[in-house]
Amino acid sequence: MKKLINDVDAILAESLAGFARAHDDLVSLSEAPVFVRRCGATPAGQVALISGGGSGHEPLHAGFVGQGMLHAACPGQVFTSPTPDQMLAAAEAVDSGAGVLFIVKNYEGDVMNFEMAAEMAAGATARVLTNDDVAVENSSFTTGRRGVAGTVVVEKMLGAAAEAGMDLAGLQALGERVNGATRSMGCALTSCTVPAAGGPTFEIGETEMEMGVGIHGEPGRRRVALASASAIVEEMMAAILGDLGAGKGEDVLLLVNGFGATPLMELYLVYNEAVRRAEGAGLTVARSLVGNWCTSLDMAGCSLTLTRLDGETTGLWDAPVHTPALRWGC
Amino acid sequence: MSDTLVLRLIEGMAGTIESHADQLTRLDQAIGDGDHGINMARGFKELMAQKATIAALPLGEALKKAGMTLVMKVGGASGPLYGTLFIDMGKAAPAGEPTLADLSTMLDAGIQGVKARGKADVGMKTMLDVLCPVADTLRSLVDQKETDGLDERIIAAAGHALHRTADMVAKRGRASFLGERSKGHLDPGACSSALLIGAVVGVLAPSPSD
Repeated sequence: MKKLINDVDAILAESLAGFARAHDDLVSLSEAPVFVRRCGATPAGQVALISGGGSGHEPLHAGFVGQGMLHAACPGQVFTSPTPDQMLAAAEAVDSGAGVLFIVKNYEGDVMNFEMAAEMAAGATARVLTNDDVAVENSSFTTGRRGVAGTVVVEKMLGAAAEAGMDLAGLQALGERVNGATRSMGCALTSCTVPAAGGPTFEIGETEMEMGVGIHGEPGRRRVALASASAIVEEMMAAILGDLGAGKGEDVLLLVNGFGATPLMELYLVYNEAVRRAEGAGLTVARSLVGNWCTSLDMAGCSLTLTRLDGETTGLWDAPVHTPALRWGC
Repeated sequence: MSDTLVLRLIEGMAGTIESHADQLTRLDQAIGDGDHGINMARGFKELMAQKATIAALPLGEALKKAGMTLVMKVGGASGPLYGTLFIDMGKAAPAGEPTLADLSTMLDAGIQGVKARGKADVGMKTMLDVLCPVADTLRSLVDQKETDGLDERIIAAAGHALHRTADMVAKRGRASFLGERSKGHLDPGACSSALLIGAVVGVLAPSPSD
C-alpha cells in the first residue's frame, strides 16, 4: 500500500482537519461526535439537509456542504456508515425548527444508523433514500439497488429547493422524484485499497474489468475482459437507458463520475462517448457534470449517471451553489 | 449477576473479538466490504474502556448501555444490529439474578430486535443464522430441563450453524450484491456471533480445567 498518510488510525481525523482549514470560509468541523456544517445558522423556516455515509467517497458528502446544497454532513470511517450520535449532533446544530431531511444512500448500515437517529431525534425528520445504481438487479433482494453518484444530483436539487423555502414534506417528495428519475452504472479497472485493510479490496487482472462495480469495490454484474472506452460506455449506457424510461426528445442531465484514480482526460473521453449515445437515443443532454464526485478511494474507473429533467428540476440544478466541491451562479 | 461477572463477560467478548479481528476482516473481504473485524474491534475496545461503569449497573441497564456504546462506536450495519441485540436483551432482563430461562427469554427478545432492525430472518446468511439456532437450542434445553453439558451443546450449535452459512446465498448486507458468488464463504456476522457466544459461554460456564 502506497498512500500519503501518517497513521492509518488518524487518516479520517487528519483529512477532515485539512478539509475544514482549506474551506473555513464555507464550513466548520465539529468533533466528538464528528460532523461538518455550513458556517452560519440555518435561516428560520428553512429545512436543514443532512447527508452522510462512509468516508472514501470524497468530495461526497462533506464537499457538498454549503449554500444551496447540504447544511451538514456526517462522515463515517472509511466505507463504514456514520453513527446516530453524529446525525443527532448535526441535526441539533443545523435544525432551525423547520425539520431535518436525511439524504441516505441505500446501504443497510447507513439505513439502520439513520433510522436509529430518526427514532432518537427531538425534532421532525424525514428521509430520502437514493438507489440509482442499475448494475445490481434487486429481483429477490429487497435490499434493493445501491445509492451511488446520482446522490450528488439529489443533494444539489434538494439544496436549491430548501434554499427556496420548500417544506419538509415537499422536499421528501421532490427527493423521491429526482431519485426516481436518476439511473447510474459504474465500471472498475482496478481495486481500491482501504487504508486500514492495507491491501486491495478485490483481485483484478491487468486485462480485466468489473462491470457494474459498486463504490466500495463491491462486485457488479460480471468480470469481463478490458474493452475500449467505446464498448464500455455502450454497455453502461444501454443498461441505464433501458431502465430510465426516458422518451425521445426529453432533456437529461449527464454526469460522468471518476472513482478516484482515473484522469479527467479519460473522463472527458468517456463523456464524449456517452453524450453521443444519449443523443443517439433521442435525448437532449441539457446539463452536464464531469469530474470526481462520488469516488471509491483510489479505484480506477468511472460511473455514468442520467437524470431526466423537467423545468422545475432544471431550475433547481441551475440555482446558485457554493460548496467546497461545487460552485456556480454566485 | 455480580459486577465481576459482567466485567468478565465484557473482557471475554472483547478479548475474543480482538484476537479474531483479522479473521473477521478476511471473511468480510471475501464477500463484504472488508471491515467487520476492524469495526467490531473498535466497538469492543470502547466497551473495555467503559467496563467499570457498565459493570456497576444492574444487568438490564448494563446491556442497554453496552448496546448503545456499540451503536455509537461500531458503525456500519454491525453497530445497529449488535447494539439492538444488546439493548433489547437488556429490556427483557429480570430485575434480579437471571435464571437460564431468563437468559433464553432475553436472547429471544434480542433476536426479535435484530430481525426487526435488519428486516431479516434466518436463511439469509447473516448473524441470525447463528443466533437463532443457538437460541432454539437454549430454549429446548431449558424447557426439557437438560442442563447437563449445556455449555458444550450451545457451543456445538453455534459452530454447526456458522458452518452452514457457507452454503447459503446472502440476501442481506453487502454480500447480497454478490448473489450466488457469496456461496462457499462463511458469513462474517455469523462468525462474530459465534465467537461472542463462545466467549459468553466460556465466562458463564467455565470448563473444569479453567
